[in-house]
Amino acid sequence: MDVELINIHKRFGKVHANNGISLTVKSGTVQGILGENGAGKSTLMKILSGFIQADSGDILLDGKKVTIHSPADSVKLGIGMLHQDPQDFPPMKVVDNLIIGSPMGLFPDRKKIIREFEELQKQFNFSISPETYVDTLTVGERQQLEILRLLWLGAEVLILDEPTTGISASQKDLLFATIRKLAAQGKAILFVSHKLDEVEALCSQVVVFRQGINMGSMTPPYQTDKLVEMMFGKSIVRSENVCEKQEDKSFEIEELRIDDVRLAIRDVNFCIQKGEVIGLAGMEGSGQALILRALAGILRPTGGHIYMIEGADGGRIDLAGKHYFTYRDHGIHFLPAARLEEGLIQGLSLAEHFALAEEQTGFMVDRDQVENLSKKRITDFNIHGTPESRIEELSGGNQQRAELALMRDPLRLLLLEHPTRGLDIESAMYIWGKLKQRCEDGASIVFISSDLDEVIHYSDRILVFYGGKVSPAFEASSVTIDMLGQLIGGKGWS
Amino acid sequence: MDNSLLASFGSIFTWAAPVVFAVMGETLTEKSGVINLSLNGSMILSAMAGFAVATTTGSFFWGFLAGAAVGALVAFIIAFMSIGLKQSQVAVGYVLTLATKSLAYFLGAPFVGKPVMQLSLVKIPFLDQLPILGPVIFNKDIVTYLSYLLVIVCYIWVFKTSKGLILQGIGEQPAAAFVRGANVNRLRYIYTIIGGALVGIGGAQYSLSVKTWNGQLTGIDGIGWIALAITIFGSWHPVRGALGSYFFVLLQWLGITLQPLMPNVNSRIFQVAPFPLMILALLFVNIGSADWVERTLAGLPEGGRKFVSRLIRGMRTHSPAALGTPFDNE
Repeated sequence: MDVELINIHKRFGKVHANNGISLTVKSGTVQGILGENGAGKSTLMKILSGFIQADSGDILLDGKKVTIHSPADSVKLGIGMLHQDPQDFPPMKVVDNLIIGSPMGLFPDRKKIIREFEELQKQFNFSISPETYVDTLTVGERQQLEILRLLWLGAEVLILDEPTTGISASQKDLLFATIRKLAAQGKAILFVSHKLDEVEALCSQVVVFRQGINMGSMTPPYQTDKLVEMMFGKSIVRSENVCEKQEDKSFEIEELRIDDVRLAIRDVNFCIQKGEVIGLAGMEGSGQALILRALAGILRPTGGHIYMIEGADGGRIDLAGKHYFTYRDHGIHFLPAARLEEGLIQGLSLAEHFALAEEQTGFMVDRDQVENLSKKRITDFNIHGTPESRIEELSGGNQQRAELALMRDPLRLLLLEHPTRGLDIESAMYIWGKLKQRCEDGASIVFISSDLDEVIHYSDRILVFYGGKVSPAFEASSVTIDMLGQLIGGKGWS
Repeated sequence: MDNSLLASFGSIFTWAAPVVFAVMGETLTEKSGVINLSLNGSMILSAMAGFAVATTTGSFFWGFLAGAAVGALVAFIIAFMSIGLKQSQVAVGYVLTLATKSLAYFLGAPFVGKPVMQLSLVKIPFLDQLPILGPVIFNKDIVTYLSYLLVIVCYIWVFKTSKGLILQGIGEQPAAAFVRGANVNRLRYIYTIIGGALVGIGGAQYSLSVKTWNGQLTGIDGIGWIALAITIFGSWHPVRGALGSYFFVLLQWLGITLQPLMPNVNSRIFQVAPFPLMILALLFVNIGSADWVERTLAGLPEGGRKFVSRLIRGMRTHSPAALGTPFDNE
């Protein structure tokens, strides 16, 4: 089915999210849609999928004008959208997830649905058991399930909104193969991303959005620097290696054991040097998040030691089993992936966050002092907001910067979970610039990322996780994406 | 066991019917993502209304219909305030609890002492001849039979039908359900009102079968709160909720049966004991849902840990993720 969007406008308050955007996608093609955060990509996709309505503009399918008032309308017209956050029902079974929203009778024929589902997933080499619960699936599998569901409902147009966020390298390969196959079947694919390499590898045509405007399109061969210029209005070069290494150890982790409902991690040994960045790679749920939480003192390990080296004579303190506050008092700081849920407090302003993070001196909050501190931090960390801005009003990049600004000194070990997930390249580079400063002051960083580029680029050493197993530390300079990808996928383990 | 004791034991199924109706109603409502906190008040008001209408018209049918209408009306107010006006469900529900309770005692005063109307018992042929089960389960009034049926219907509706899956969906991930074409807010209205009507039938059942309307001495006060607790600890599952209801009434029955056997113990203890015992039992059943239990378990020695954790995980509950939160598709 050919899709044509003509002169779409959408405003949210003062923000003109879509300012007269037109776009044509032919059946059988993969249309890339590039742009940084807030460029209007998601808004346009939500309009096409009926999640929100445009203020003005037309949508044409195969040349015929259609009106889409709700997601139900778009599904009926054959438009399916894969949302950035999986729109499914985690505590329910895969087969029940298929039934919800499908035109079924009161008593759905589960056997028939399962048969159709199995046939469909065989086409794409997926292997999801229809009787499992969705919350036991990985993000990548939930995405596969959602794609299958949309196809099962008869989608002819498929919108994929940042589909590679949070999935593993092998799942990404499978996803790309699937997308190519679907295009070959004659479906129209809209692939929304801010990752240039992916768009270049996959799409038969690319448009770039900036501030709600279509900046122009490009067909292969792509000129990367030109695309970047269209996205940001200027070229960006990635900065080179991050931390200056010092030879002295800061932490020693010995025979650490963690038992979780799904995973048992045994005998983890590694050391952390001052000023070093260690990247943890692996599919989500392979154990890296557990190790990070154990290092932060949030999860109690069932055995082993977390030694902190004190002074030059090599004296060490075992932190394992101590209270979280002890970890924090020793300068260990954890930034979770769920910024608004675990890291920041919704409803409080930036100033109130800074007031909370500082050492409490008196009974009453010293408003003037907090005001000055906030202003200084806001400038230092380039946060777009005022001391009075409530935290949830800030964009993702600004929230992340605010979290960095909240960290107390002295900082000894910084634990980060997906530090740049969902951020555009510019914000990501800014965040890493700030982190690098911390390393120069002697802090160490341990971080998780599903973006292998990020892991290789910013780490000094890399640990790979697979099903609770931990690899020895690799020097980042000696590792390639292919090697990591294989290890993450379970190949090459002895 | 002799027959009189059996019949007395069997009365717990009649007594439990109002609780079962309320728990099923609240389960449906909460599955859709709305909390109807007014249960205690709306049960008292519908008990009064059911009795008043039944004695005035002489018809049980109109009595139960009045009870259902009152429950549905209170539920509608909650739905309108929380879904339509996006106000706090907890605050609105709590105020309505107090208001409906006072209203019931005020409007119900003239009906205290009116001739008692009690639903007559219907024996089910053949089944009532069964040993033990016959007198215990199959010698009841019609609304009690309906309460058995209601549990089965609720279970099938929620877990086996496509509409029930949508119901779970709108309480779990309303945005995802909306993406799939469900009209989240309209469905929430419908389930809140149906749930409220069931609560109202439970109230009417109390004054027309279990006991009678007797103003503040009716004895129904407190049942609504217990029904709310059973809904939660029954993990929003109709069958678990029904078992919880029967367990609670069993505790009450034991209190009454044991009291004459222990004359030295203050009789108030027997009246009050079922409530704390119920809470303790519910806590025990649900303790596995707390994070700290998981962490403590991880420290146990290998052998025992597996057994205990499997036991606790089997009883674990899961609340509808969007319970109590309004939905807006922006």
